[in-house]
Amino acid sequence: MRRIILSPFLWIGIIILAAIATWPMATNNPTLREELFLILMFITMALSLNIILGYTGYVNFGHIVFFGLGGYLGIYVMSTLHWGLFPAMIVGGIGASVFAFLLGAAILRLRGAYFALATIGINETMLALAGNFQPFGGATGLTLNFRIYKLYGGAGKALWLAFALLAAVTIIAFIASFIIEKSKFGLGLMVIREDEDAAMVMGIPTPLFKNLAYTASAFLPGIIGVLYFFKNGNIEPGEAFNLEMSIEVLVMIMLGGFGTVSGPIIGAALYEEIRSSLIVNPLLQSMHLVIAGLLLLAIILFVPIGVVGWIRQRVPAVRRYLE
Amino acid sequence: MTINANVLIASLLDGLLIGFVYGLAAMGLTLIWGVMDVINLSHGALIVLGMFGALLAVQSWGLHPYIAFIIVSIAGLFLGVIIYYIAIRRVLEAPELTTLLSTFAVSMIIIGGGTAAFTTSPRNINFNLGTISFGGGANVLGTKLAAALLAAMVTFLLYMFLYKTRIGKSIRAVSNNRAAAELMGIPSMQILALSFGIGTLLAMGSGALIATLFPFNILSGSVYELKSFVIGVLGGLGNPIGSLLGGLILGFIEGLIPNFMDTSWTPVIEFALFVIILLVKPQGLFGSKD
Amino acid sequence: MNNESILQVDNVTKNFGGLTAVNHVSLELHQGEILGLIGPNGAGKTTLFNVISGVFLPSSGHYRFMGKDITNLPAYKIARLGIARTHQVVRPLNDLTVLENVTAGACFGRENQSLGQAEQTARAVLDQVGLIQKKDILAAKLNLPEKKRLELARALAAKPYLLLLDEVLAGLNPTEVANMLEVIENIQKDNITILMIEHLMHAIMRISDRIVVLDYGQKIAEGTPKDVVNDPKVIEAYLGDPRVAQALAAEGKE
Ligand SMILES: Nc1ncnc2c1ncn2[C@@H]1O[C@H](COP(=O)(O)OP(=O)(O)O)[C@@H](O)[C@H]1O
Ligand SMILES: [Mg+2]
Repeated sequence: MRRIILSPFLWIGIIILAAIATWPMATNNPTLREELFLILMFITMALSLNIILGYTGYVNFGHIVFFGLGGYLGIYVMSTLHWGLFPAMIVGGIGASVFAFLLGAAILRLRGAYFALATIGINETMLALAGNFQPFGGATGLTLNFRIYKLYGGAGKALWLAFALLAAVTIIAFIASFIIEKSKFGLGLMVIREDEDAAMVMGIPTPLFKNLAYTASAFLPGIIGVLYFFKNGNIEPGEAFNLEMSIEVLVMIMLGGFGTVSGPIIGAALYEEIRSSLIVNPLLQSMHLVIAGLLLLAIILFVPIGVVGWIRQRVPAVRRYLE
Repeated sequence: MTINANVLIASLLDGLLIGFVYGLAAMGLTLIWGVMDVINLSHGALIVLGMFGALLAVQSWGLHPYIAFIIVSIAGLFLGVIIYYIAIRRVLEAPELTTLLSTFAVSMIIIGGGTAAFTTSPRNINFNLGTISFGGGANVLGTKLAAALLAAMVTFLLYMFLYKTRIGKSIRAVSNNRAAAELMGIPSMQILALSFGIGTLLAMGSGALIATLFPFNILSGSVYELKSFVIGVLGGLGNPIGSLLGGLILGFIEGLIPNFMDTSWTPVIEFALFVIILLVKPQGLFGSKD
Repeated sequence: MNNESILQVDNVTKNFGGLTAVNHVSLELHQGEILGLIGPNGAGKTTLFNVISGVFLPSSGHYRFMGKDITNLPAYKIARLGIARTHQVVRPLNDLTVLENVTAGACFGRENQSLGQAEQTARAVLDQVGLIQKKDILAAKLNLPEKKRLELARALAAKPYLLLLDEVLAGLNPTEVANMLEVIENIQKDNITILMIEHLMHAIMRISDRIVVLDYGQKIAEGTPKDVVNDPKVIEAYLGDPRVAQALAAEGKE
């Protein structure tokens, strides 16, 4: 525990994230807030996915399922049962985790590519199910009544609130990732990633560990799903269970380097920056997907350990600051 | 909903015919999986490339759609080999995630380029072979029957190639056990490249056929890619011939479901089936590899 | 050595499809002894290890460890009870450092140590097997003899009562073999019971208290090294492998 609390990396990280969060508030800049909302959201998605992907070595293409399910549960209790935002966030997070725990008990028996395929199947099943599930509004989804924002001082204030809450969640994601990485549990996950059969013989209860990792990875996406769709005002299946977005989060982790805490953060921020700068440039706009694809291919072929992995390898001195 | 026997038969027949084409698409995916353990996430993009290739050949060069199908397939063979050497070869031994992402990058490049060139507006190939009646009100479109026959023919050719020719046998040997095949003097690198080429040929060829049946746009590939996953798992990943059976099963389901419930339930049932089969019988209904 | 029994394998059989890899094998280990397990390639030695450590369920038969029936326990529960093993084909955790590899062994082993304690244990064990200078290197970067030591260190760090060693001497040069034997003898002095598979006849004959011989999955001989090397059935079993047969004969003459 001492090692965690005294780590310079932890404190520098918290300070940077907190600074990023207060920056649009201090300058009262809604455009910047919207940009940073996406970046913080992707950082949390990438950090949480990294628990099952980076530490445990299970390739999950369906991470967005937890975001979508949490969003649906949260918007449902807000719009139909008239609950407030905070209980809705709890419902979203716990709902996503319970779902992950039950699902994990079934699909975490699969290994390698079979697991990856199953997660694609789960994503598409949820997408198709949501479109047919009438309590969730079927294909049209659910819309929040505008009145709900009044509870939080009007729509303008509600957006700031959503941002502040997201920033808090992101900092929690960061601290939790760091604690997991430095814990016995995290070491167990990494052993599973390296060699699951050896892990079992070494005394690691692999089914339990894998499922705990999967369940933990689902919790924060469930919460930010509620925040995102609260800010949006409505939720519909295509946006909640968007397979492309799952894969984008994977790409972010690859870009930064998986199995570290700073990798997903730097990867998510870089990816969002690159994408938004490509989209605003009229010349590059139509080619932004091509450029992103070429970039991804180049990273995979030439720097497969990601930006952070590469820096850590080149400059060992910075390792304490780049865990 | 009351069920009319004639309507049921017609829609089942329709589903089975399309099933042949689905099976062809899935064969491309599963051949690559079987030979090199790579899940090709550019599969859908390649199917779409086949669609647009056929569209261009028909509209700009005035070619017959089935001639276009042949040309597009051959182009697919070459493109596949190129993709293999650029995006696969270097990362073949890396963990799954790496090849998943490298093929996904190829998909982004194809779809991004396609969107820039063709936008996402819907297209179709204007082509009609009339209706063929099987009596009792069971009518099918001539284009569907022809596409099914072509798909069946390609499957037969693939079967003959894999089981009766030396190169085909080498592909199966590499698929079974690459190390052992190398000891027997089979040049595995070339065989892998060729297999990726054939997988791409099948994907683009099936795209060219689908383009004669349904409207499409540059983003349509993901639908057929997902169907290929479902079929691949039904028929056994790595078992190309099982894919044909898997395709027929999927086509049958698609013909059956609309008679009993809303069509929007079709994907729910397909994907639930997919996950369940992965869980209870991951080697597929017909066994994987040989 | 006292005669308290620590492991009893009772009539264990393991089939793979039509192949019977282990065929009605029974054996018993006594507290503190080194029992050598020998037999030609494919005799079923590694499979027996896999059954005892819980990787495979046996097709029939039972085995008890320290009085407890562990036949149907999953591998990780067996490990927690105090059985640790090495693998014939080394399985380093490639992307973790040497220290992390061994720390993990201590963490999840019999004593269920905390991370801090486990790291202390790991350092001590790495020192014992002579790998302490390499502690911060990635396991993937070690050479084969070092990987074998790592494999042993990881098992030892679990503080087992019973250690299963699968061909830890294979692929080592004579100096390395001598070093490794010394390490193993020191382990025995710590009162850890050892069941070891080995092809190197002179080494196993020197170090074992008793020997069990498997052939085609069956136990064909059991006794002191001296009894075993003079047993015609054993010589016959090794006829397919003249080099080993010669080594056996040489041991017998001494
Ligand atoms: N997982 C397995 N599946 C099928 N056959 C196996 C498996 N493991 C071992 N075998 C077979 O069991 C027999 C015994 O193998 P093994 O226990 O490794 O022998 P040894 O360690 O004595 O050399 C061999 O014929 C081997 O091919
Ligand atoms: Mg062996």
